[in-house]
Amino acid sequence: MNTTPRLSLTLGPVLYNWPKPRWIDFYSRIADEAPVDRVCIGEVVCSKRKPFIDEVILDLVDRLERGGKEVVYSTLALPTNKREIRDIGDVIQAGYMIEANDIATVHLLNGRSHIVGPFINVYNEDTLGLHLKLGASRVCLPPELPFESIRTMAAGNNAVEVFAFGRPPLALSARCYAARSANMTKDSCQFVCEAHSDGMDVSTLDGVPFLAVNGIQTQGYVVTAAVNHVAALREAGVVALRLSPQTCDMVRVVRIFRDLADGSTTPHEAIEALTVLHLPGPLSDGFLRGLPGCTADVD
Amino acid sequence: MTTPLELVCPAGTPAGLRTAVDAGAHSVYCGYRDETNARNFPGLNFDRAEMKEAAAYTHEHGAKILIALNTFMRAGCTDLWKRGVDDAVAAGADALILADVGLVDYARKTYPKQRLHLSVQAAAATPEAIAFYRDRFGIARVVLPRVLTVEEIARLTAQAAPCETEVFVFGGLCVMAEGRCMLSSYATGKSPNMTGVCSPPSHVSYREESDALVACVGGFTVERFERGEAAGYPTLCKGRFEADGAVSHLFEDPVSLNAVELLPRLAEIGVTAFKIEGRQRGRAYISTVVRAFRKAIDTMAVGGKVDYDELRSLTEGQRDTVGAYKKAWR
Repeated sequence: MNTTPRLSLTLGPVLYNWPKPRWIDFYSRIADEAPVDRVCIGEVVCSKRKPFIDEVILDLVDRLERGGKEVVYSTLALPTNKREIRDIGDVIQAGYMIEANDIATVHLLNGRSHIVGPFINVYNEDTLGLHLKLGASRVCLPPELPFESIRTMAAGNNAVEVFAFGRPPLALSARCYAARSANMTKDSCQFVCEAHSDGMDVSTLDGVPFLAVNGIQTQGYVVTAAVNHVAALREAGVVALRLSPQTCDMVRVVRIFRDLADGSTTPHEAIEALTVLHLPGPLSDGFLRGLPGCTADVD
Repeated sequence: MTTPLELVCPAGTPAGLRTAVDAGAHSVYCGYRDETNARNFPGLNFDRAEMKEAAAYTHEHGAKILIALNTFMRAGCTDLWKRGVDDAVAAGADALILADVGLVDYARKTYPKQRLHLSVQAAAATPEAIAFYRDRFGIARVVLPRVLTVEEIARLTAQAAPCETEVFVFGGLCVMAEGRCMLSSYATGKSPNMTGVCSPPSHVSYREESDALVACVGGFTVERFERGEAAGYPTLCKGRFEADGAVSHLFEDPVSLNAVELLPRLAEIGVTAFKIEGRQRGRAYISTVVRAFRKAIDTMAVGGKVDYDELRSLTEGQRDTVGAYKKAWR
């Protein structure tokens, strides 16, 4: 008998600067149609985008909760100024379940139950244990961790979540590269990042696709897809998979991973189903296999 | 100014360490020859016996030795890092430079009196992040990320007290938040956080074309040097790429950090220590740079006039920048 717990699905926060109508439609559809257990909402990448979200977030949280989803408020990954810290304090005060993406947020939470997001460096069982003691109930591991590390860390704590779908987040900077590429600075950016809903593709000088820029964030060009590892991850004690929104049909993506987790579809069928979606890059599970994250095939 | 500024200098090898100490370093930083430190290159770093000798040499000359164990412990192999902490304490380290909070926790519990510094790799960039490490683990000094402006450093330094701040003033410049960058891992499978290397030489290759030398990292072209053009080391974030139809140094130009003109302001706002990057650098370079910075610090301490031209000339032939220390960089 399989006694491992049911694998739950987390929809990660939208990392891009989507036009407001797209953002609202996306979360509305997720609320109504996607068999996902919890939904992360909130601006993680750039605080300049936050006012747009603030206007609509209350209605969407309500709708998601009525749709049976646990709602998690994901906080900024690289807060640098007082206003950004104050905003994080405000959402903590508001009583949301918080996903901390920077150690400053863990400090502000002061032991209150929370989730640790993939932007906090948790690379081993000791550090994971420390975060659990500090009040984390679940920890989404950084995307570069290989399966061997995940297996060591997931044993016996029912707390580990793995980044399973979407362009892998690779780096954060004080500088905005979307603005820089348009000859502007972060402070005068005119929200040029809105033009790239899956990030701005970056190629090498010889035209090989390489990275994607999302404001101050750099992502991989590939799309992480842990399809071939779902069964092994569950056996290792992983309790949740994170699906990071892209502009493709995310309801379909959620259903594919739900079917995989339930054993009602095969990895092969899942890959076929994902491949026909409008993905921004090829599927990859390089990081999980301990290979370069750019490895553009799944095995 | 009340306390004299501390000049913290790189020591990639035992010979480099002696060079830095002899040139006037107040402190040197170095690491063991394995993946426990963020400069895990072949030919660099110290074995156990060399570290003990290095500590003795440093102390005999009135300087301090700071031992860096600033990568993130590998799951299932945390003993390697903990043994590093044990041995560094036994060798007489004046401080350990740590990044992984799990290792900070181990060091604090096992050696309650050991001085601990927070590595730049921990990317503590706000008063709250610093408070996390200071209040829970008694971190005595934080090395600040190179993504902050001088005014942000001023505010941080005031709020971090009694925890001291240390800032990079010269050498390599990370454009990404340190310790939160997986570009190298993505392109080569070798990562700063896990293996202690970035864009490692083992994954760099060059290709001759008719009119240019093409430099690749992990098979990805990152720079194309025209004939006669000086070929710098290809670091992923300093490469030229194409985005939105335009070719540019999208992340950063191939520049290094030189904050000499900001030294007085950094001293005024209460920064405790100035750090020079470059454990991979040769002895001649270390000697020149350390001497020049020590002279500037000594001059500032007696209210004298710093010879900025001398400091600027250190980057002669290379382009430099004050980086994020000025807000327009962003």
